[in-house]
Amino acid sequence: MNKAIHPVHAASDPVIEVRGLDKTYEGGFRALKGIDLTVRRGEIFALLGPNGAGKTTLISIICGIVNPGNGTVTVDGHDIVREWRKTRTIIGLVPQELKTDAFESVWNTVRFSRGLFGKAPDDAYLEQLLKDLSLWDKRDAKILMLSGGMKRRVMIAKALSHQPTVLFLDEPTAGVDVELRRDMWAMVRRLRESGVTIILTTHYIEEAEDMADRVGVINKGELIVVSEKNALMQKLGKKQLRLQLHEPIASLPEALNDYRLELNGKRDEIIYTYDTQSERTGITALLKDLSAAGIGFKDLSTRQDSLEQIFVDLVRESA
Amino acid sequence: MNLHGIRAIYKFEMARTGRTLMQSVLSPVISTTLYFVVFGAIGSGIRNIEGIGYTAFLIPGLVMLSLLMQSVSNASFGIYFPKFVGTIYEVHSAPLSYLEIVTGYVGAAATKAIIVGLIILATARVFVHYSIAHPGVMVLFLVMTTVGFSLFGFIIGIWADNFEKLQVVPLMIITPLTFLGGSFYSVHMLPPFWQKVTLFNPVVYLISGFRWSFYDIADVNVGISIGATLFFLALCLTGVWWIFRTGWRLKA
Ligand SMILES: Nc1ncnc2c1ncn2[C@@H]1O[C@H](COP(=O)(O)OP(=O)(O)OP(=O)(O)O)[C@@H](O)[C@H]1O
Ligand SMILES: [Mg+2]
Repeated sequence: MNKAIHPVHAASDPVIEVRGLDKTYEGGFRALKGIDLTVRRGEIFALLGPNGAGKTTLISIICGIVNPGNGTVTVDGHDIVREWRKTRTIIGLVPQELKTDAFESVWNTVRFSRGLFGKAPDDAYLEQLLKDLSLWDKRDAKILMLSGGMKRRVMIAKALSHQPTVLFLDEPTAGVDVELRRDMWAMVRRLRESGVTIILTTHYIEEAEDMADRVGVINKGELIVVSEKNALMQKLGKKQLRLQLHEPIASLPEALNDYRLELNGKRDEIIYTYDTQSERTGITALLKDLSAAGIGFKDLSTRQDSLEQIFVDLVRESA
Repeated sequence: MNLHGIRAIYKFEMARTGRTLMQSVLSPVISTTLYFVVFGAIGSGIRNIEGIGYTAFLIPGLVMLSLLMQSVSNASFGIYFPKFVGTIYEVHSAPLSYLEIVTGYVGAAATKAIIVGLIILATARVFVHYSIAHPGVMVLFLVMTTVGFSLFGFIIGIWADNFEKLQVVPLMIITPLTFLGGSFYSVHMLPPFWQKVTLFNPVVYLISGFRWSFYDIADVNVGISIGATLFFLALCLTGVWWIFRTGWRLKA
């Protein structure tokens, strides 16, 4: 592609394209069902989904660890099956589980990884990498002797040792303390600034909320939704209106059934859930009907769903 | 061609040996010494075989025995271990062709086996004087055998899904075939019937050919020996090629 003629649009320039990807494991379990997904160059894409949804399967196929079924995947325009050498050079992977050569030193293991991916040794780069990950002091330590968090850093160092431009992080923060998590996200942001595309999976929805540009939700092998994070929250987000009553009530009047109200435990707060998308929120009508029923309130507040709630709702709907 | 990748695997495997130096190098030296002491003592009562002193006659067979054991166990463990601890994911995700992966692992296993073979030859020198009549053919057998059996070990390492299976083939197949393959005797010393049966043992060809390269004596024609060894090599290569093509026991 001639970049002088076609200016690169960061937002629309796809780096990974998954088309109709299916995967059935031996034994007949269908882990992926016709996945279509485009990841854009330079973005942070968060893949969310409950246990067993197929996140790791999808990532493993793109990285060459699991054989693909039907469908195609291209990375930077190269097919992962026909042009695997190109696509694998581009990709770095931090797998979900800590799998390291226990008896190797940190330094040797990152040098090994770099070589494996076909890159000439570059000790200056690896030194900087280990320093960035606070591993430099541990370079001669056997991996066996490192803590879990340190091992996780080693996995990241291995994945970055060959300077990939697409990085997969499969639940990078599972079992990682607050400090390391913060370091990790700082690093992810730095990588993004340097042009690396990052695809991560996480169970911590706040992370997707904090970090991601776009979010995909996968459940039972199906991609339910892919959206800008903000748009997703707006589009699907429900809001709650909470009304604190003057005094507790025994039960809600039947006249208010249509609003599907809930009472809190102390029975002194009414919770009304409404859709921000719909033209009418129904708030005005509710307030009118409440006063008609003789229920007074002293204060009110609204609350927006977190991504977590959205996600739980989505998964429940698709179930 | 990912030369850096091949080198990375090769170096990694060689470093692994370095860490287990005692086991990899010292143990074959000790066992060879024991063979010489024991068989040397027994052998003093045995007549020369085809004009060769018995301890000298033993040397090619003993080296071959170690070459086979070392090749198979190095290569099978080399690929089994990353499979077992899960680090194999990195090899799969790397831009390495199957041929490159095999070259790295099998190259290292064969190198180690050859080193051990040479150490045994050096150790043997302490006990008995011997000469090598055809050094070129000797090296050819050394390389063909170690590469062939390292490939075989590689297949076993992929096939094995527990440590027991990993041990069982060297123990139950390689050892008997080697002991019955003429390591310690000439096939001509067997009754006629067993002379025929023994020709189905591939190791007979290896040992016979290898011994020929030392002393110019052979149980079977050296050309046939080379042919049989090449055939075994080709068979294992095909096996490895098939495994990688199908991802058998490697990829889900
Ligand atoms: N090698 C395999 N053989 C058979 N089934 C498998 C294999 N690997 C995964 N599965 C199944 O495929 C489904 C998807 O698994 P996957 O690991 O992709 O889920 P996930 O979304 O990553 O889950 P988690 O959040 O727990 O990591 C699961 O039901 C799992 O049991
Ligand atoms: Mg997973």
